[in-house]
Amino acid sequence: MSTEVAETEVKQEKKPSEALLSKRRKKIISDPLNDDNPVTVQVLGICSALAITIKMEPTLTMSIAVTAVIVFSNLIISSIRNLIPGRVRIIVQLAVIATLVTLVSEVLKAYYFDMYKVLGAFVGLIITNCIVMGRLEAYAMANKPYDSILDGLGSGFGYSWIILVVAFFRELFGSGSIFDFKVFEAVGIQNFPTNGLMVDSIGAFMVLGILIWVQRTKTGYVEH
Amino acid sequence: MQRSNTYILLFSMVLTIILGGLLSMASVMLKPAQEKQIELDTKKKILGAVMDISSIKKPEELLALYDQKVKSEVVDINGDLVTADEKGNPIVAEKVNIQKNYRFAPEDRLFPVYKFTGESGTVEAYIFPMFGAGLWDWISGYIALEDDLNTIKGVAFDHKSETPGLGARITTSEVQQRFVGKKIYEGNELVSVAMVKGEGNQGLTEHQVDGMSGATLTGKGVNSMLQTYLGYYEPYLQQKKSGETVALN
Repeated sequence: MSTEVAETEVKQEKKPSEALLSKRRKKIISDPLNDDNPVTVQVLGICSALAITIKMEPTLTMSIAVTAVIVFSNLIISSIRNLIPGRVRIIVQLAVIATLVTLVSEVLKAYYFDMYKVLGAFVGLIITNCIVMGRLEAYAMANKPYDSILDGLGSGFGYSWIILVVAFFRELFGSGSIFDFKVFEAVGIQNFPTNGLMVDSIGAFMVLGILIWVQRTKTGYVEH
Repeated sequence: MQRSNTYILLFSMVLTIILGGLLSMASVMLKPAQEKQIELDTKKKILGAVMDISSIKKPEELLALYDQKVKSEVVDINGDLVTADEKGNPIVAEKVNIQKNYRFAPEDRLFPVYKFTGESGTVEAYIFPMFGAGLWDWISGYIALEDDLNTIKGVAFDHKSETPGLGARITTSEVQQRFVGKKIYEGNELVSVAMVKGEGNQGLTEHQVDGMSGATLTGKGVNSMLQTYLGYYEPYLQQKKSGETVALN
């Protein structure tokens, strides 16, 4: 009798502990990268994808900032999800996001002042990035903290790679450089005519549109 | 699950206190680092207006160079020296906040002057700070004049929220280089310099600077800022000029 009890107890303990990176969890990260990309499929966060993708360097900073904010706000909201009263959940989410964004902005100001000047108001505007709030409402409110962190990482990376690709083409054709390194002069092409359209928001729309087109042709995704 | 109003109120209060506390803590802890960055940034811009500082990477080196090379004073709208405020406290040029002064009437403002000195202690360049409105928010700048007080030796601009890649280009050396060598005086009359519309313009006069494509309005802001502040500093410029002629005679 006693051995039986011990065995079932062991089984019960083992069952809920899932591998740290099980198939399901890997999917949480990989889904937003392509099939369920927040920018190209869900079409969220377009505003910042247009605003800060003129050059690679600010875009990279923005990617890191947004990913950090999504991950930590997911973690915080998920940890206190059972305490949050349903009627005020949106404002609670907003308060958490706003706090994190302000922290990011203050840290940038203290240690990366030049970047802080370039990004200026756009860091503050992470608060209004629909991806962050969308993930909180759709995922973190209903899932455990660890899964929520993975979900945040997935969404953050999904957002990041899209805006980095957009920024790559915009900086290459708009300013003739990558990370402020003059590419065309380095390979021997002098006076490369830069395209002013790429520096405008219109350039971002075009690159993003082409990106969505290519992606949907490959995945066969159709909007209903 | 429907929760009671008391719970919701309590929850909101506790959350507010925690988040508020976190933010104020971060603000207090990061303040010294931020102030250091701002001081460094100011001195970087002052030096950047007269010389190439891109090779200096260490903040300490830059601050040391600043202390060695730059002497500063503060003047009023008439170009007269101001050394102490109403309470008798000494005024330090580096501590004068141009942005705060911008809110006062021009007669009440303080105008810092930075003098870049060469090896023998002679003044090689005069650097004047300025402040104005760009397209979206404030812009500020430093203009360095050669010792003839006419030729522009260099400029350094800053902004709060001009569009990256468009108006924000005023902070790039590519755009700032275009001001070098331009003149602010036509004979004895102050005409300032102005950015023109469009980019790649040919046949510019010595008072015209090639503009930024897609950022004409930021350029206009820069123009009016230059015009206004050079006007404020003109009495000082005149004093210095006449002082020099007297000395020569």
